[in-house]
Order: sequence, then structure tokens, then C-alpha cells
Amino acid sequence: MIDIVPVAVEEDLVRVRQKVRQWAATYALSTLKTVKMQTAASELARNILVYAGTGTVFFSAIDGPRREFQIIFEDQGPGIADIEQALQDGYTTGSGMGIGLPGTKRLVDHFEIVSAPGQGTRVIIAMRI
Amino acid sequence: MERIPILKIGDLLLVTIQLDMHDQLVMDLQKDITNMVRTTEAKGVILDISGLDMVDSFIGRMLGTIAAMTAVMDAHTFVVGMQPAVAITIVELGLPLGGVHTALNVEKAIERLRAWGKIEAESDDEAHEGD
Ligand SMILES: Nc1ncnc2c1ncn2[C@@H]1O[C@H](COP(=O)(O)OP(=O)(O)OP(=O)(O)O)[C@@H](O)[C@H]1O
Ligand SMILES: [Mg+2]
Repeated sequence: MIDIVPVAVEEDLVRVRQKVRQWAATYALSTLKTVKMQTAASELARNILVYAGTGTVFFSAIDGPRREFQIIFEDQGPGIADIEQALQDGYTTGSGMGIGLPGTKRLVDHFEIVSAPGQGTRVIIAMRI
Repeated sequence: MERIPILKIGDLLLVTIQLDMHDQLVMDLQKDITNMVRTTEAKGVILDISGLDMVDSFIGRMLGTIAAMTAVMDAHTFVVGMQPAVAITIVELGLPLGGVHTALNVEKAIERLRAWGKIEAESDDEAHEGD
């Protein structure tokens, strides 16, 4: 199964967080893991809204050595030139605190980012179920 | 228009957040609280977030801004009822919540405000309960 939530307006962030709650409940994720995934999803979906304007969030469960609840955040926005810099605590090109990316990375079991100028951005996060 | 209600009890403003707020609602709340502290000259603001199941950087920023703005007007802002999982997540996320006072619940926040002399004691007995 897969769920897809488009992100284009503020209210979509609430929808993304709700979807995380639903999936977390389905896989009986602990309260702490659920809160962490909700918070991470909120940060990454907001980044889509702020920096790319629109994008898409994909929810799925993947089977590997261990089962994981995975969320992919994808946009066709401006992309990120220096990913290492973007992952530094406090680094922002906007009016934020530069917490979203580094903070999210700390919250989840798996974090991956693929981005380049003009190529959009894709962030993959996952939590072991 | 949708709005989070703010309750005025004596010198206190009490706000209970029970739903997943979209950004505009968060911005409106910030504005409403600061306006109300100004007009009512409240000495304390208590935000009960026990109904919130996550605090991201956006909401965290709002809490910090409310604390800073109310401090300028000589009022203290308390955040109460934060769920343990939310507190742990805030720390790992790296969200600075400096300037925001926290307490276990509304009663504890009121005790502290009384002990600081920010609000009047209901009776002599209760005034000495705080730690
Ligand atoms: N989806 C994206 N598209 C383009 N640039 C992005 C995207 N996400 C993040 N960035 C860039 O990476 C920087 C760091 O992002 P991060 O989320 O860590 O902080 P922020 O959004 O600036 O502040 P905060 O998240 O604390 O509000 C951003 O300022 C922006 O330049
Ligand atoms: Mg961000």
C-alpha cells in the first residue's frame, strides 16, 4: 500500500501529520516514534511549501532486513546547492532557525537527501517498525 | 473564522490547545495573546498543550515569540502539559525553548506565578504551597 499527499497550501501540512498518525497507528509504532515521525514530516513538508512551493509526500512500508515506515518528500523546486551546509544546525537561507533538516536527521532511523540546483529535492526518512 | 479561545481568569490568560493547528491558526493565536495581554494587563499566560501531539519548529517559534512579547509587557508565559514524547522530540530536534517557562500542569504554573508575586494568592494557605 502507498499513500500520496500533495503539498501546495498550509492546510496540507495538517493532512501530512494526520497521515503519519494513521500509518503509525496501523503499524503500532510507539508514541515516541510516532511523535518523532510527525515532527520530522511537519518540518520536511514545510520545507517543500516554503522553498519549492509545491511537492508530494509518499507514505509506504518497506521490507528489508527490518520492516520500515518510510516517507518520501519530493519537489521540483530550486534544489539545494550545498547539502552539507544545509544539514548544519542553524543554517538557513530563509527566516527559519535552520533546524528542519539537521533536526529531522536526528529524529529518524534513516535519512537520505538527494538534491541539486534546478533538479528539485527528495528527502527520504524511515523509522523501524 | 476559526480561532483558539483565550480565557481570562483574574490576572491570568488561559489557552488550551486541543487540535492540530495549521500555520495561520498558530499566527492568529500569537497575535491574539499579545493583544490580550496588552489590553487586559494580564500578568501570566498559561498555554496548556497537553492536547498537542507534536511541536515542530514553527510552533516552537510561536511559543518563544509569545514568551518574548509577553515578557516585554511584564507577563510570564508558561507552557504546561507537554507530553513526555513531545518533550524528548523537541530536545532531539534541537528546538531552543529559552524564555518559555514550563510546568507540569496549570496548578503548578499558578503556584509559581503566585510565589513570584505575579498574581495574588487566593488565600494565605495556598500562597505558601509553591516551592
Ligand atoms: N525542499 C527544499 N528545496 C530547496 N531548498 C531547501 C529545501 N529544504 C531545505 N532547503 C534549504 O536548506 C536550508 C535549511 O533547511 P532547514 O529546514 O534545516 O532550515 P530552515 O527551513 O531554513 O529553518 P527551520 O526549518 O528551522 O524553520 C533552507 O534554508 C533552504 O535553503
Ligand atoms: Mg525548514
